[in-house]
Amino acid sequence: MITKEYRTVKQIIGPLILLEDVEGITYGELTDIKLTNGVARRGRVLEVNGDKALVQVFEGTSGLSPQDIKVKFLGKGLELGVSQDMLGRVFDGFGRPIDGGAPIIPEKWLNVNGNPMNPYARDYPNEFIQTGISTIDALNTLVRGQKLPLFSGSGLPHSRLAAQIARQATVLKTGEKFAVIFAAMGITFEESEFFVADFQRTGAIERAVLFMNLADDPAIERIAVPRLALTAAEFLAYEKAMHVLVILTDLTNYCEALREISAARKEVPGRRGYPGYLYTDLSTIYERAGRIKGKTGSITQIPVLTMPEDDKTHPIPDLTGYITEGQVIISRPIHAQGIYPPVDVLPSLSRLKDKGIGKGKTRDDHANVMNQLYSAYARGKNAKELAVVLGESALSETDILYVKFSDAFEDRFVRQGEHENRTIEESLALGWELLGMLPRSELKRIRDEYIDQYYPKKG
Amino acid sequence: MSTDQGTVIKVSGPLVVARGLTGARMYEMVRVGELKLFGEIIEIRGDDYSIQVYEETEGIGPGQPVFRTGEALAVELGPGLIRSIYDGVQRPLDVLQRDFGDFIVRGAERPALDRAHVWDFVPVANVGDRVEPGDVLGTVQESKLVLHKIMVPQGKGGTVKKIGAVQGNIETEVAVIETAAGPASINMIQRWAVREGRPVKRKMPPVDPLTTGQRVIDMLFPMAQGGTACVPGPFGSGKTVVQHQLAKWANTEIVVYVGCGERGNEMTDVLMEFPHLKDPKSGEPLMERTVMVANTSNMPVAAREASVFTGITIAEYFRDMGYSVALMADSTSRWAEAMREISGRLEEMPGEEGYPAYLGSRIAGFYERSGYVVCQGSDGRQGSLSLIGAVSPPGGDLSEPVVQATLRVVKVFWGLDDKLAFARHFPAINWLTSYSLYQEVVDRFCNEKLDPDWEKHRKRAMALLQREAELEELVRLVGMDALAADDRLLMQAAKMIREDFLHQNAFDDRDSYTSLKKQIALLAAILHYYDDARAALGAGAELNPLLKLEVLDDVAKAKLIAEDQLGQFDELKTRISAAIRDLPRY
Ligand SMILES: Nc1ncnc2c1ncn2[C@@H]1O[C@H](COP(=O)(O)OP(=O)(O)O)[C@@H](O)[C@H]1O
Ligand SMILES: [Mg+2]
Repeated sequence: MITKEYRTVKQIIGPLILLEDVEGITYGELTDIKLTNGVARRGRVLEVNGDKALVQVFEGTSGLSPQDIKVKFLGKGLELGVSQDMLGRVFDGFGRPIDGGAPIIPEKWLNVNGNPMNPYARDYPNEFIQTGISTIDALNTLVRGQKLPLFSGSGLPHSRLAAQIARQATVLKTGEKFAVIFAAMGITFEESEFFVADFQRTGAIERAVLFMNLADDPAIERIAVPRLALTAAEFLAYEKAMHVLVILTDLTNYCEALREISAARKEVPGRRGYPGYLYTDLSTIYERAGRIKGKTGSITQIPVLTMPEDDKTHPIPDLTGYITEGQVIISRPIHAQGIYPPVDVLPSLSRLKDKGIGKGKTRDDHANVMNQLYSAYARGKNAKELAVVLGESALSETDILYVKFSDAFEDRFVRQGEHENRTIEESLALGWELLGMLPRSELKRIRDEYIDQYYPKKG
Repeated sequence: MSTDQGTVIKVSGPLVVARGLTGARMYEMVRVGELKLFGEIIEIRGDDYSIQVYEETEGIGPGQPVFRTGEALAVELGPGLIRSIYDGVQRPLDVLQRDFGDFIVRGAERPALDRAHVWDFVPVANVGDRVEPGDVLGTVQESKLVLHKIMVPQGKGGTVKKIGAVQGNIETEVAVIETAAGPASINMIQRWAVREGRPVKRKMPPVDPLTTGQRVIDMLFPMAQGGTACVPGPFGSGKTVVQHQLAKWANTEIVVYVGCGERGNEMTDVLMEFPHLKDPKSGEPLMERTVMVANTSNMPVAAREASVFTGITIAEYFRDMGYSVALMADSTSRWAEAMREISGRLEEMPGEEGYPAYLGSRIAGFYERSGYVVCQGSDGRQGSLSLIGAVSPPGGDLSEPVVQATLRVVKVFWGLDDKLAFARHFPAINWLTSYSLYQEVVDRFCNEKLDPDWEKHRKRAMALLQREAELEELVRLVGMDALAADDRLLMQAAKMIREDFLHQNAFDDRDSYTSLKKQIALLAAILHYYDDARAALGAGAELNPLLKLEVLDDVAKAKLIAEDQLGQFDELKTRISAAIRDLPRY
């Protein structure tokens, strides 16, 4: 079949172009866009109506003029050529190598949208991943196949935390194949360099695949980036039996690109101008984490997003939280106290923790200790708020103990070094040590047998 | 004039517009494009037929054919539903996985009910019987828990001409009925268009409690068989856990669980757990009474819109057999969003927050399909269908359209509170804002059948919690020490109700389910402490020792007393009284 070239662009609206008099075009088709000066861009069909096609241009439309463009429809959607040789390589936001290395010879081409995993094929994520970070391992446990985002704000150390997780994450088993996939969407050069340098220093780069769309790269390309990354991840996980950790940062930039397109299409906006289908769209990214029955590999996702105005109810974190299996919240006030990692424990949550902890996985007392630490910390924080209004004197003796507990908790349990890799036993032992500040009778969430075994003996 | 084929003229995401489908009707199923994707006509304007497509539409374009089927979107009903897991348009996900692999590919199609399975049909009706629609012709033991009733389909009333014991698959003839239109061969399958409710003889107000084993629900905000309830709350507040707990422990005979636009792993969780969990009544695996519909968030959005209807039609079918059925939908907000997305693509005039103007009537229409009913058929059997919908408001804001439309129609509101969830108080059902309009019905039932003090105890517990909230305001201003001794004792009692009674860990196998008997015993023990302590205080006892009794640790752990050891609650009360009596003389 000869593919026809069209010079019938009639409108350019934001990142979109509208062509007329086209024929045989299908929804979702990829297009080649050529300028007369030879510059090439790529697009995707967003809508076909009779002989009209609306195309989103990944590199944006700046500099385009209707008279100046030739468009070729490629008869297929956006595909990524995948191969095990992608490991150790760096690609741009369109999957082209940018590290000066040889081109990848694909084992196969895969449509980047993937197909939804059959819920019946899923295997429940229940293997504990030790990140070495107490607030995650002990309280918001990460398991293989989970999607656990970092909700952060601009200027907070989410990148350092994400890198620390990537560096330290291990499953308490050996001899398995790992890979890290890093997808940058609109982050700064410095931020991305931080990850690259860290991967290089630790040698992780050898088993990493990087997709880079930086702040000065085309915004609309960000819509493709997570899909490329996850297509590579699915290939490595399910066809090469690797355990893949995918870091996606920053989803806020992704959502902004989506909003830009929606606005250009004059769609009825949902909350704060984001499209009504933002939830569905995000789910097609996040739900690509998981495990499959009978397959060795897995995909674990750590998406990072910066909450506009630190507002958790903003549509991006809100809809993310509705899809992901929990969230780790990075807090500005705790950061201001000089605590790293500034994880706000109370609103953080790992929904899959219950299946990944306990006897044979971490330790039998883990669930109880976790619940007790939470409620004790919550009570201490409440008491502290009360003390702010009424003064210390208004607190009961027990409340004062709780206040002391919560201070110590932040200072010793939450705070840890950027290169401090605590085992789960160390984290739990620290938890018990802190619970030792409270009388035994306060430990209502812990079974007697565990208290007998672990509660610190006084004196 | 009518045609059986048309042509695509427009594709925008899940919405396709076709021309030339003359004669096609609203909600008729069609096949779109060379790939023959599943779709449904949802709007007709002149010769433009708008179709929502249940599969990804990439690769579909103008000029491609659209084929009519002549049928409305319908589900297959018959033996084999139990233990199944379907997508939103009733494709069997287990079979798709077996035949097409781990990912759902387009054009994958398999019948909803297994044609290979051989069932034992045992006749109930006899040759010569006059039967009407809904009458039971015979039965099939579908699972250990479910005796499937093969009923006379709509429009097939008449005289039984032929019937007998049959072994065969669902397509095997089990009876012949002489109808006004001639003899009708009856097999074990019915089809029903999902957007239409299945008829009943009569609806009645609910009278029986739907118990859940969840203390805060059964005791404070109870549900009734045939009733409606909603569970709104921000993410992480516990909607899904509440829905799962209900699916596990509700005392209904059938459970239909609809995962509508939520997480894949949550369906896996049910699939993996239910075969191992035992129904408290029968001791059989819970899967033996469960049907699942799973259209997760990443699956096509139009099929998500349909999933709720698919689920409720299956649920109605079991209700028609005379069973008590509960349907959980998690989450109705995702269903509403699917409607919004399709409506946006249709360029309909948007209502509030972009939702279509008919949002309220669709939600009401869904909940209206609930009820405690006299079923179709001449034997007067009764069935019930209870509906419990999770609602996921953006940012937890209850003033948004889906919550508001839901609250206008449901009778029970379990409001989840993220503050409680942060403090790991689960279930995070806010006891001050939640309500149940079935309270009287359930009080009456429980007073009579369970414990004459049910209502009294419940009211006292509620009053204590409300008074606690008022006192807390005061404490915030003046501090705990400024409270009078009896108020401080009240605060203690309320705290015990919260922590030792309402708090319930779904993941602790001893705490996950509590029978009504144990619930009332536990609450009675706490109130017993309060009464004795108050009397002591009145007689001049000191407050502090009363607040610090060692026996209170036993009260805190009483929720773990085994169901077959309820006698321990009497001992506990005796010990409480003794401990208070033994305080240094006052
Ligand atoms: N009854 C409960 N017992 C123990 N933990 C609970 C309970 N309800 C909720 N949780 C905790 O809260 C988390 C979030 O609950 P979930 O039902 O998934 O929230 P939602 O559906 O509202 O987003 C769960 O993963 C679990 O850790
Ligand atoms: Mg949920």
